[in-house]
Amino acid sequence: MKNRINQLFETKKENILSVYFTAGFPKLNDTVEIIQQLEKNGVDLIEIGIPFSDPTADGPIIQKSSEAALKNGMSLNLLFEQLKTIRESVNIPLVLMGYFNPVLQFGVEKFCKKCAEIGIDGTILPDLPLNEFEQEYEHIFRKNNLHNILLITPQTSEKRIKQIDKASSGFIYMVSSASTTGTGKKVEDFQQDYFEKIQQMNLKNPCIIGFGISDKATFNNACKYARGAIIGSAFVKSISNNDLFVESIPVFIQNILGK
Amino acid sequence: MKYQVNDKGYYGEFGGAWIPEMMYTNIDELKRRYLEIIESAEFKNEFDLLLKDYVGRPSPLYFAKRLSEHYGTKIYLKREDLNHTGSHKLNNTIGQILLAQKLGKTRIIAETGAGQHGVATATVCALKGIQCVVYMGALDVSRQAPNVKKMKMLGAEVIPVHSGNKTLKDATNEAMRDWISNPVDTHYIIGSVVGPHPYPDMVARFQSVISAEMKLQLLEQTNSEFPTRIIACVGGGSNAAGAFYHFLDDEQVELIGVEAAGKGIETEETAATLLVGSPGVLHASKTMLMQNKDGQITEPYSISAGLDYPGIGPLHAHLHKTGRAKFLAATDEEVLQAALLITQKEGIIPALESAHALVTLEKIKMQPEDVNVINLSGSGNKDMETYLNYFGY
Repeated sequence: MKNRINQLFETKKENILSVYFTAGFPKLNDTVEIIQQLEKNGVDLIEIGIPFSDPTADGPIIQKSSEAALKNGMSLNLLFEQLKTIRESVNIPLVLMGYFNPVLQFGVEKFCKKCAEIGIDGTILPDLPLNEFEQEYEHIFRKNNLHNILLITPQTSEKRIKQIDKASSGFIYMVSSASTTGTGKKVEDFQQDYFEKIQQMNLKNPCIIGFGISDKATFNNACKYARGAIIGSAFVKSISNNDLFVESIPVFIQNILGK
Repeated sequence: MKYQVNDKGYYGEFGGAWIPEMMYTNIDELKRRYLEIIESAEFKNEFDLLLKDYVGRPSPLYFAKRLSEHYGTKIYLKREDLNHTGSHKLNNTIGQILLAQKLGKTRIIAETGAGQHGVATATVCALKGIQCVVYMGALDVSRQAPNVKKMKMLGAEVIPVHSGNKTLKDATNEAMRDWISNPVDTHYIIGSVVGPHPYPDMVARFQSVISAEMKLQLLEQTNSEFPTRIIACVGGGSNAAGAFYHFLDDEQVELIGVEAAGKGIETEETAATLLVGSPGVLHASKTMLMQNKDGQITEPYSISAGLDYPGIGPLHAHLHKTGRAKFLAATDEEVLQAALLITQKEGIIPALESAHALVTLEKIKMQPEDVNVINLSGSGNKDMETYLNYFGY
């Protein structure tokens, strides 16, 4: 079967909305329902966060959601258990995002196989760097039809962007500015030069912009420069302490996508 | 050179640079330039001069006569506690501040546990007139108040970290987040032989002055530059890396690292990473870690804030794996007794961290002619409250 990420980019050319949430938050067993709600309300791609005790690239909101999720008892084993039959109800691409150590302890090969069994389309593992990935693990991901999404930042050199583009499949995650997630730097502060440079490089992979996308204005602005954008911290915040996300998710997404 | 880092940044299977892309440009610049800079004559001259006139090196190698009599063997103490700011930490921060200047950086960040590295970093920033921000777990801020005040007097901004367990690991997370957010003007002075390549190698090189001096001093005092064994405490492992460095390939010299057992390695309250941990990736390095079966990092415990870390430098993980060094653990209780003994036999109050190394004297059978060098990495000034509470003076 064709990878759903590729299908998405072939059929939808602009304004792709990707949403991140931390599995196991706000409550342990919310995972499936959050995914279903996001799809139902028009989200194109979902990043399911695997919580980690030491999320060094994340700001306070995702740190807190991760800590709470771990306290609730979330683990990779349990997440796979929750997602076992997700493909009976959900069709959009699903990506697992998290730090490398939990994956390493689970077993990289076993992890990739599980993803394939369930119907996960890709992974984002920020602290698994390009050269380690290529040398040790790429063949395992490939065998299981999993795209490992790589990041670029405003500091990434042109030479390295080309390298990353060559090694990437699925899409490239363009970090909007030098920051951790959810710091509230606005899209106006983004580096337009950087966005334009990437556009002009004609990369073989589509780009999606993440970090600092929190509302309609920032989403629309990011979509001028890339195929879509990722909302993480703002969404996680919107479902914090919220037993009623069945009601709040439509409102949140409508605020981004609505006219 | 069997135990040196290889060109990919690994010690055997341990090490590497498991960094998010946001840190790539900085780490790549360091990796490309650190050797060329620190091996240049200009750098060496400046570094050596500061070590001599500012840090007060060479630190003495002191024959501890009464302690030797007590244990029936020869005991030499490498007196890193006599350095300016009271520990070996300044050797590294002097090296890194000079490096940061060569790289054109104008802002320094650091993490600290007990506050020794924080003070050493704030000190060199004052010396060079560079802005300094120190991240410190909120719990450590409250239990190491004198060092917090010193850092502030030295002009540093101390930011308490409220995430996680509010100790060293969390301070390190926050310093990494700062560097991700400030990639252009900032240099991160890591305080131990941990973190992504090239930090473990770079910090070990700056600390290697300890073993370089030992060789000269041993030759002068014992007619041989090779002792029977060298003993040092290990948290992240920077003082041990410095004490072992020039002896790594001299396999006739026994190397012993002592971890913090806390309340015992069979309990959950321990920081003996090599003895209870397993391989994993934390703080951008593949090394031995204290973690649960799901790969979540577990909280360490030790009476000494400086050893209270759930990881260890990849060099030590490799020395452990290959058997080149032997690693023991000392409990809080054993450490306090060892600290009292050396205080009353030699008139030297050691740091709690350094007292871990002294516990080895109780645990290993030593011959009368053995030459034992113990790296006394720091002074006990910062630990007086703990000592006073325990011994009830």
